[in-house]
Amino acid sequence: MAVTGVFMSAVADTHAQDHHHGPAKGFSRWLLTTNHKDIGTMYLIFSFTMFLLGGTMAMVIRAELFQPGLQIVQPEFFNQMTTMHGLIMVFGAVMPAFVGLANWMIPLMIGAPDMALPRMNNWSFWLLPCAFLILVSTLFMQGGAPNFGWTFYAPLSTTYGPPSTTFFIFAIHIMGISSIMGAINVIATILNLRAPGMTLMKMPLFVWTWLITAFLLIAVMPVLAGVVTMMLMDINFGTSFFDASGGGDPVLFQHVFWFFGHPEVYIMILPAFGAVSHIIPTFSRKPLFGYASMVYAVGAIALLSFVVWAHHMFTVGIPITGQLFFMYATMLIAVPTGVKVFNWVATMFRGSLSFEAPMLFAVAFVILFTIGGFSGLMLAIAPADFQYHDTYFVVAHFHYVLVPGAIFGIFASAYFWLPKWTGHMYDETLAKTHFWLSFIGMNLAFFPMHFLGLAGMPRRIPDYALQFADFNMVSSIGAFMFGTTQLLFLLIVVKCVKGGKEAPAKPWDGAEGLEWTVPSPAPYHTFATPPEVK
Amino acid sequence: MAENQSYYVPEQSKWPIIATVGLGVTLYGVASIMVNAQQGESTTGSWVMFFIGSLIMAYMLFGWFGSVIREGRAGLYSDQMERSFRWGMSWFIFSEVMFFAAFFGALFYVRVFAVPWLGGEGDRGSSNMLWEGFQATWPLIQNPDPEAYPPPEATIGPWGLPLVNTILLVTSSFTITVAHHALKAGNRTKVKIWMIATILLAIGFLVLQAEEYIYAYQDLNLTLDSGIYGSTFFMLTGFHGAHVTLGTLMLFIMLMRINKGHFTADSHFGFEAAAWYWHFVDVVWLGLFVFVYII
Repeated sequence: MAVTGVFMSAVADTHAQDHHHGPAKGFSRWLLTTNHKDIGTMYLIFSFTMFLLGGTMAMVIRAELFQPGLQIVQPEFFNQMTTMHGLIMVFGAVMPAFVGLANWMIPLMIGAPDMALPRMNNWSFWLLPCAFLILVSTLFMQGGAPNFGWTFYAPLSTTYGPPSTTFFIFAIHIMGISSIMGAINVIATILNLRAPGMTLMKMPLFVWTWLITAFLLIAVMPVLAGVVTMMLMDINFGTSFFDASGGGDPVLFQHVFWFFGHPEVYIMILPAFGAVSHIIPTFSRKPLFGYASMVYAVGAIALLSFVVWAHHMFTVGIPITGQLFFMYATMLIAVPTGVKVFNWVATMFRGSLSFEAPMLFAVAFVILFTIGGFSGLMLAIAPADFQYHDTYFVVAHFHYVLVPGAIFGIFASAYFWLPKWTGHMYDETLAKTHFWLSFIGMNLAFFPMHFLGLAGMPRRIPDYALQFADFNMVSSIGAFMFGTTQLLFLLIVVKCVKGGKEAPAKPWDGAEGLEWTVPSPAPYHTFATPPEVK
Repeated sequence: MAENQSYYVPEQSKWPIIATVGLGVTLYGVASIMVNAQQGESTTGSWVMFFIGSLIMAYMLFGWFGSVIREGRAGLYSDQMERSFRWGMSWFIFSEVMFFAAFFGALFYVRVFAVPWLGGEGDRGSSNMLWEGFQATWPLIQNPDPEAYPPPEATIGPWGLPLVNTILLVTSSFTITVAHHALKAGNRTKVKIWMIATILLAIGFLVLQAEEYIYAYQDLNLTLDSGIYGSTFFMLTGFHGAHVTLGTLMLFIMLMRINKGHFTADSHFGFEAAAWYWHFVDVVWLGLFVFVYII
């Protein structure tokens, strides 16, 4: 790997007591490492590879939907594409990216020498390529890959699923083990390895959001394991968890799945909230507005996230009392979220603003994630949801919170921290181009989906009625634009790793935090002795 | 342990990648066994794969934990490292609690909502039209579709074997606590005796549980295929039994370590971790005893 050569050059050791050597040479360095920077890098490279793979599947979907009719793929394969696109993006792109950022930045931000359990950290990483090898291999199995949507409801996934479903289930188990161990590592690191003087309420926001995300992961990934195990039993051992003729219930699947599924979407956004809470103050040259309320808001969001799951199930036949409870609880989450949005804007107010790439992505995040939040609020209104459910309106909503939400948060973080990781400034002009093309492409791709959904276009269909043709064409063009632009991001990253203007320890003059006190690129081992925090 | 010690970060390790290969091969093997069996094809190759994977996992467990034990006994671990292990084990046990919570949750939903609705109760009661004559009772010894899911003839009452098992497990929680106090007092003989007692009680539990399963399958026609009662019964008790098996293995390993002279009166986190896990297993059983057997 050409990339490894550059990271190996970052071997300045900065302290006296020293039985640390630089990184090992060769391929085995990456298999045997225990170093949080190496592992963070591997997570990020893996995540981007999965992002391109999942993105390719999206291109197949949008190519088929470019025009009405079935031109490019068979419907059965189309269903495999929609399913795998979702699974790969959620479990292979977004989550590993945030874990990669956590691995790189949390020890640096709290003044720790590494994560609490470094060997387990490497295991968490390597389990992911293993799991995705199994998952992607299902595309080549008899009967094809999972084709029942990323939410794999029973009985479509149990009674009517292809043989590869069992392999899919074990791939999920492996991903779950990886996430749970990673989350345990994050919690132990944050609670135990903070530098002396760094009390909880002095922790940077990215650390806070990851602490809470880790708690959510440990609480709900086992529930996902439970639901896929019940699926496995129904498929292979004749149980009737989801079969009413045995006394079970398909809706049971939905309850257990969404008990995991809803906190999962907060797992996919809270770290972005944290990163944005670093980036906006930096480029506003002002401290974050309302630190304490930001912390409490994240806590409130996390707590509430456990009691709203059935808003994914309004139309399935749950009792009216249940619908009302879940509607009110879901609308309540808008409050702490609104607090955060207000605080980000207030941070910018009367700040000394500059709009380098991280800031562009962060500001776009605040605006576009909020739009996604508004469509979410519309979906939360149970009677209205009967109209929106399973239409493209839902697709629009979650792509607005995930793409300009999570993904832009990841891009913002990458540009923000690339100088620290590589020792070079990235090419600002190319980065701004990446931003604008992504921004325009993404909006072209997903905004029309609001109208498509309201006009009645259902989800997960390879062909559609003629009245939906125009907006679908616009959406596909936007998607192709967005997809192609990500190759530019690849170019920018590779170019930055290989060279560029030398970056100082603190390339952003408004930045604060321990991570900016170490040189750029960060030495292989940092904070072997913890710093004193005032 | 030493005070001003720096936090130990191992330089490199082969165990994570070995563990990945091991887990991947094992689970791919299990999946292959199931899929091949479903399709009526030979499962020999899959069993071989599973077996090889399990060997790799066993090798990894010995090797990795062995490294940790050696590092601990070499004095490389500061108090802070021990705190990392404590946090780690506590949160791991919490994740296991959530795993069981999913199954208890399923049991709750089925008993309070799904089965009553199938029986005709309330707003959703129209489901009763699908299987007329279905009566909602619990334990459910009459399934909506008895041809697809032949119901059990009877269920297992709480006051026979399950009560004995409860006594065995609760007693074993006491015996391990006595062993722990003995360890803190430095009385190694006493530790060994009470650990052996704990392990014997655990094995007793497992043997009786196996007996109960055999009785359920052969005499009561209570199987995984018996409808939702069988499904939830075996899922909950089965995973519990698996955790008891793991716990017993852990206890046995702690006994081996005690025999080898490991642990001191103030430093014995491995023992404590095993003890915590054992208490967790006991508490889950109490939940099972109440919600699966009694109520």
